[in-house]
Amino acid sequence: MRGLSIHQLSVRYGKRLVLHSLCAGPLPRGQITALLGPNGSGKSTLLRALAGLTRAQEGSLALDGEALGLSAAAARSHSVVYLPQALPAGVRLQVLESVLVACRATRGAFGQRDAHGADLARASAVLERLGIGALASRSLDELSGGQRQLVGIAQALVREPQVLLLDEPLSALDLNHQFHVMSVLREITRERDIATVVVLHDINAALRACDQAMLLDGGRIVGFGPAAQVITSESLARVFGVAARIEQCSRGQYQVLIDGLAQNGEAVVEPPSQFDGGSGSGAGSEPDDARQRVISLAERRGSHREAAVRAELAR
Amino acid sequence: MSDSASMHRTRSAAQTAGLAGMLGDPDHLGGTHHAGAAALQPYRRLTRRRALWLAAVALLIVGSVLFDLRSGPSGLPLATLLHTLFDRAAADPAASVIVWQIRLPYAVMAVLVGGALGLSGAEMQTILNNPLASPYTLGVSAAAAFGASLAIVLDITLPGIAQSWIVSANAFLFALFSALLLDGVARWRGMNTSGVVLFGIALVFAFHALVSLTQFVASADALQGLIFWTLGSLARADWPKIGVLAVALALALPLALRNAWKLTALRLGEDRAASFGIDVRRIRLMTLLRVSVLSALAVSFVGTIGFVGLIAPHIARTLFGEDHRFYLPGSMLVGALMLSLASIASKLLVPGVLIPVGIVTALVGIPLFLGIVVRTQGVSS
Repeated sequence: MRGLSIHQLSVRYGKRLVLHSLCAGPLPRGQITALLGPNGSGKSTLLRALAGLTRAQEGSLALDGEALGLSAAAARSHSVVYLPQALPAGVRLQVLESVLVACRATRGAFGQRDAHGADLARASAVLERLGIGALASRSLDELSGGQRQLVGIAQALVREPQVLLLDEPLSALDLNHQFHVMSVLREITRERDIATVVVLHDINAALRACDQAMLLDGGRIVGFGPAAQVITSESLARVFGVAARIEQCSRGQYQVLIDGLAQNGEAVVEPPSQFDGGSGSGAGSEPDDARQRVISLAERRGSHREAAVRAELAR
Repeated sequence: MSDSASMHRTRSAAQTAGLAGMLGDPDHLGGTHHAGAAALQPYRRLTRRRALWLAAVALLIVGSVLFDLRSGPSGLPLATLLHTLFDRAAADPAASVIVWQIRLPYAVMAVLVGGALGLSGAEMQTILNNPLASPYTLGVSAAAAFGASLAIVLDITLPGIAQSWIVSANAFLFALFSALLLDGVARWRGMNTSGVVLFGIALVFAFHALVSLTQFVASADALQGLIFWTLGSLARADWPKIGVLAVALALALPLALRNAWKLTALRLGEDRAASFGIDVRRIRLMTLLRVSVLSALAVSFVGTIGFVGLIAPHIARTLFGEDHRFYLPGSMLVGALMLSLASIASKLLVPGVLIPVGIVTALVGIPLFLGIVVRTQGVSS
């Protein structure tokens, strides 16, 4: 049972139930779990609830079978670190400083001169490990989006997390940095045996870089298990309302190809699908429901990106 | 373009250095001292440079205070001045009164008030995550002005407080009241930082209206005193008040520095800081309360002095960065230097006339303020 288990977790905003008594787990250590789902499906809320930033009204969490409280204070005692989407702009801190701050955030300012030196060494070692040692004395404001994301990861790693939670780390990154950030996350997750949970919009990135996937729809888990089993043309049609194929390219990697919007929630090609913890409740095959999805889908950035990747592959 | 190029460079550098497993366990980390030592040099240089900057600003303050002591309508020669300063007993009585009862209290008060405003402004801007937060823009100064105007117009007496302290005491009570209001608003469930700032701005207008109301009903004599108070002047300085403010500042700075790392982490975003293990609400409330008392004290002694609390943090940020171990004392020293220079300017602008220092800081502050607005706009676009 090594990993993060979720039991009957419910979150309410006012009277609105955002997460409906979620049960899943364990989200294994040493593996990346992708949180997938349409906008408003509760991905970010679940991530914040895992971090203790959004208070869950009911339910419990456990790490390696040991109970983990629902508050941020309880989460941090188990080194749960949450990374928001982006670093705020206009902060006059250097990269090394910002990592040092993460390291020393909960310590006093006085005394412990030796500890200070050790923390400095630790911060700079983390930067080296992520391959951004050369940026140490650059100002945060000068960095590109990809570099900022890596610095954010460095700030999390220096706290030696057991559980690492990232909210859309790939948004606003170009293709090169998307690959780089995910491969760094994979290495670190394996190396340090962390249970990493990542909210993603990019289905292909989830399929490529994540071991596990959890599919959310309307505040419920509609699929959880190995990524390749959760991300199927059937589930994509049902939850996202797109007609998608999962195909193995000549190099052996699986790719999601989106053909367009699904007709009445039906996928074009249907490989076998297996859901570990899913309930069948999310099957939205009513025409009205599908049209609703079509409208929201047109504005969805993720599908544009998919199309761009596909166009590039076709060339 | 250049970004991605440099990224490739850094990555390949890391690959040649051996990407794998240098961080496997924390014990191993101690062993990377050698590898990291070279990389830490620039950081060590940076902290040294900041410490030097702090010392430099402190020296400038000493120089400014000396110049402040020299300038004045009676034109004491430097020798007499120094003689009076260092050998008070043997000095000429008239010179002694000028130096010890007028010039020195003014000069020291300018430094203390400037320091208090600079420190409060810096902390307010961090905890409210807003570059426009300061004792002035959040209504603490306006509340003090209202308290003072009530005391002047109604000629009230407070039990147990000497007559010379009544105006300041009442100003402090009202400033503290406004600070507690801000604090209460911040505690309010769901009120975010921009809500607090908006509420502060509402307080400014409310208290200005109330001050106008008291001016409207005031007698001619009271009106003169009232207007003079709201202009903000160092002429109200005396040694007991200086003592009170010095003690407050001496208590506030170590408390601020104790939270320096947490406040710096807050600059990386509230959620991030919370996930680093910082009780964001608690530190915000404690800091707001502390700096409110400090700034209320400062403005209640000298009246409304705008812009120092707003501008000093911005200057400190460019000089010291935002590591709050340097930024907070830096902002305090910059504030002190600003008000000390303003005090000199208030004597020199019109020879023989002591212009209220609040007017000078506003006049100097406005161009600086506009400069900051233009620059931050330029950055964000």
